[in-house]
Amino acid sequence: MKISNRILFALAALMLIPLYFMPFWTISMKAPQFPEGIGMYIYINDVQGHARHNISSINILNHYIGMKEIDVEAIPEIRIMPWIFAFMIASGIIGAFTGYRWILTSWLVLFILLSIAGIIDYYLWGYEYGHNLNPDAPIKVPGMSYQPPLIGTKQLLNIKASSWPYWGSLFIALSMVTAGLALYRDYFTGADKNGTESAISTKTEEVSA
Amino acid sequence: MNLSTFTTKKALLGGIFVVAAGLMLAGCPSQQAMIGSGDAAQKTYVAPGDYDEFYSFMSGGYSGQVSVFGLPSGRLFKVIPVFSQDPESGYGYYEESKELLNTTYGFQPWDDSHHPHFSQTDGVADGRWLFINANNTPRIARIDLTTFETKEIIEIPNTGGNHGSSFVTENTEYVVGATRFSIPHEPDKDVPIDSYKENFDGALTFLKVDQETGRMNIDFQMVVPPYNYDLARAGKGKSADWYFFTTYNTEQAHTLLEINASRNDKDFVAAVNWKKAAEYVREGRATKMSTEYYHNTYDPATSMVVSTKKDEVLVLRPEDAPGVMYFMPTPKSPHGVDVDPTGEYLAAGGKLATVIPVHSFSKMLEAIENEDYEDEINGIPVLRYESTIAGEVENPGLGPLHTEYDGKGFAYTSVYISSEIVKWSLETFEVVDRIDAYYSIGHLMIPGGDTKNPYGKYMVGLNKTAKDRYLPVGPKQNHPAQLYDISGDKMQLLLDFPTIGEPHYAQGISAEKLRPNIKQIFELEENKHPHATKSVNDARVVREGNVVRVYMGMIRSNFRPDNIEGVRLGDTVYFHITNLEQEWDVVHGFAIKGGQMGEVLLAPGQTKTLKWEPTRTGIYPFYCTAFCSALHQEMQGYVRVSARDSDVPITYRTGNI
Repeated sequence: MKISNRILFALAALMLIPLYFMPFWTISMKAPQFPEGIGMYIYINDVQGHARHNISSINILNHYIGMKEIDVEAIPEIRIMPWIFAFMIASGIIGAFTGYRWILTSWLVLFILLSIAGIIDYYLWGYEYGHNLNPDAPIKVPGMSYQPPLIGTKQLLNIKASSWPYWGSLFIALSMVTAGLALYRDYFTGADKNGTESAISTKTEEVSA
Repeated sequence: MNLSTFTTKKALLGGIFVVAAGLMLAGCPSQQAMIGSGDAAQKTYVAPGDYDEFYSFMSGGYSGQVSVFGLPSGRLFKVIPVFSQDPESGYGYYEESKELLNTTYGFQPWDDSHHPHFSQTDGVADGRWLFINANNTPRIARIDLTTFETKEIIEIPNTGGNHGSSFVTENTEYVVGATRFSIPHEPDKDVPIDSYKENFDGALTFLKVDQETGRMNIDFQMVVPPYNYDLARAGKGKSADWYFFTTYNTEQAHTLLEINASRNDKDFVAAVNWKKAAEYVREGRATKMSTEYYHNTYDPATSMVVSTKKDEVLVLRPEDAPGVMYFMPTPKSPHGVDVDPTGEYLAAGGKLATVIPVHSFSKMLEAIENEDYEDEINGIPVLRYESTIAGEVENPGLGPLHTEYDGKGFAYTSVYISSEIVKWSLETFEVVDRIDAYYSIGHLMIPGGDTKNPYGKYMVGLNKTAKDRYLPVGPKQNHPAQLYDISGDKMQLLLDFPTIGEPHYAQGISAEKLRPNIKQIFELEENKHPHATKSVNDARVVREGNVVRVYMGMIRSNFRPDNIEGVRLGDTVYFHITNLEQEWDVVHGFAIKGGQMGEVLLAPGQTKTLKWEPTRTGIYPFYCTAFCSALHQEMQGYVRVSARDSDVPITYRTGNI
C-alpha cells in the first residue's frame, strides 16, 4: 500500500480521538415550562445535560410517566465504548503501519458493522426507556409510549423530543469516508493491483527472494 | 391585528384623548406636559416576553422592604424582604432569617427602609450589592444582587433614626449612617428630655465595606453637635474624599420641632473628609467608647446567620480632628444634598426654602484654605455662606427637596409643596423646564443620576399621595411613581404606576449590567447547611431529648418523609427542610395546620428551618404551599402528635403503603 494512502488511513483512525471530548448525539426536548429547552448530550464515555442539572430535571419529568432513571453508571455501553474506540484507533494505526490491505479492509468493515450495531443498540435503549414503564406511574395515558425518535423530531405529550447526530458523529463519518478513500485509492489507483504493494511487504519479498 | 395597525390606532385614539383632555382641563399646566398617549404607550411598551431596559430598586418606606420594578414598563418583579417580616416567603419567621432581624432591643419584626444605594466602582453602580438603611431601629442592610436576598444587617449605635444613610463612596470604601435624632450616647441613660443640650449628641457613622464579601464593619463614629442629621452623599471625582450631610434643628429643639426647628434662617451642610478622618483613626486619635450593637451576617455556604453582639466603637471628635469637618450655612432646614456628576456642585434642597442653593466644592476648599470662617462650633469651623455658594436657583417652586442629574449639564429637583419637578442648568443656575408631579413628590430618581455617569433617559418621580390618579381603593391609596422621558429638552410624563409601601428613594441600573450575574438555583452540592438533607435517602427524623429534628427533602411531587409519628406534646420540632430541585424557579413551600410560625418558601437547593411547638395532640396535615407541579395537590403529609407520656416511637416514611 502506498505510503500516502497509509498516512491517509492512519489519519482516519486518529479522527476518532475527538469522540472522547465531544458528544456524538444529542436529544433535546421542548416543553412550555422549558422555554430555554432541556436535553442531553451522548458521549462515547458519558451522558451530560445540555445545561448543568438537565439530567436530573429530565429524570424528575420522566418519573411522572414511570420512565426509568437515566443513570450513567447503569449503562454498560458507556463503559465499553471508550475501549471499542481505543481499539479502533490503535488497530487503525497499526494496520496503516503494516500496510496490509486486508487488515485495513477488515478494519473498515468492522467499523461499519459497529456503527450499525450502535444505532440498533441506541434504538433498543430508546425502546426500553419508552415502553418499560413503572405501572405505578402517576401519569398513564392508554396506548402511549415514550420512545424518543431514533433520528428526527416527535411530539410526546407536552414535550417535543428531537434526536440528532452531533459533532462527534461528523468525525465518525469523516473517519469512515477517509478510510474508504484510502482503500479506494489503493484498490483502483494504486500501483500494485495485487494489493500487496507496501514498503514492508516489498522488502519482505526482496528478502525472501 | 398586527402591531403596527395597533399602535397607529392607539396613537390616533391618544391624539383624540389629548384634545379632549385639553378641552376639559384648559388651564391645567399638566396638559402641556402630556405627550400623545399613543407616543407614551410606545415608549413604555415592553412586548410580552421582552425585557425592560432598566432595573429599578425602590425602597418600601414603611413596608421596610425593597421592591424591584422594570423601567420603562413600571412592572413589579419582586419584593425583597429586608427589615420586615414577610409571611409570603417566611422571611423573619423561619429560624435562620429571624437572626437577621436581631437587635439590642430584641427581635424587630418591622422597620422603615428609606435610601437604597448600589455599590459603586469608579463612581458608577457596579451591580454587586444594594445597601439600604433602617430608619426606626437604626441599621443598614446589604442585599446580594445575584440572588436578590438580604445577606447582612448591622445595627448603628448612638443613633436615633438612621435617616442620612446608606450612601456609598465612589469605590464603596464606606457606607454611612447619620442620626436624625440626637440622643444620649450612653446606652440606657435615663435623663430628663429637657436636658437635651447637656446630654444629647449627634453621631455620624462610617462603615467600611469589605471588597470581596461586601461585609460592613463600623470603622468609626464622629460625635457631632446635637442637631438632626438628615441626608448624606459622598463626593465624586475631585470631591470623592468627602461626605456631605444636611442638618436641621440647629436650634436644638426637643419639642414641637415643626415650629421650633424652623426658626433659624440657615442650618448647615456638614462636609466631612472621611479619608482624613480614617487616617486620624489609624493614627490613634479616636477613643474607644463602650456601646452595644448587633452585626448579623449570612454565611452563604451554610445559609446560617451569625448574629454577633459588639460592645465598643471608635469615636473621633471633631475637636481632635482638625481639617476633617466643616459647616456650610444653608437656608431653611435643608433636606437633600446632592453632588453633581463632576463632583463640583452640591445642590441642597431647603424644605422651606424659596431658592435652591448650590455650593461649589472648589470654593469650599478655597474658603477652608483662606480660613474664611464666620464661627466655630465644637471645633467645627463654620464657613461663610457667600464664600461657598456657586449660585442660587431662583423660582424653583416651594420646598425643593432632592436633586438628580442627567449628565448633560442639567439638574432635576423635586419640589414637594408645589408638587413639581424643575429642571435647571448647571451653567446658568436657571430653571429651564418644569413639570407637575401627582402628588407631593419626595425623591426622584434618574438611573445613574446620582453617579458620575447618568443614563439620562428616564426619570422616576416618587410621590407621597395618589388621590385621584387610579381607581380608588379606599381612604388609603398606594403611593404612585411617575415615569418621565428626559431625553429631550422638555420633560415628558410617560407612565403612572402604583408601588409597594412608600417608594421613598430608588436606584436604577441597566438591566444588562445585572442580568448575566443573577443565579437561577442554589447548588445543592455547595449547600453546607448543618441540617441539610441532600438526597431523598438522607431524609430522617431524630429525637434529641425533647427536641425532634425532621430532616426533610422536597422534590416534585412529594415530601421525604411524609408520615411522621412519635412527636409528643412538650417537644420542640425543627423542620429542617431542603428543596432538592436543581431547576430554575421550581419552588416548594411548607405549612402545617395550626403552626404559629407561618409558612416558608424554598428556592431550588435551599435549606431552611421552621420551629414548631405543637400544643394539642392529634393528626396534623402539612402540604406544599407553592404550586410546584401537576401533582402539587398530592404533595402533602401528616404528623402525628401524641400525649406527653405516650410511648409512640419516632417513625417516618414516604411510600410503601
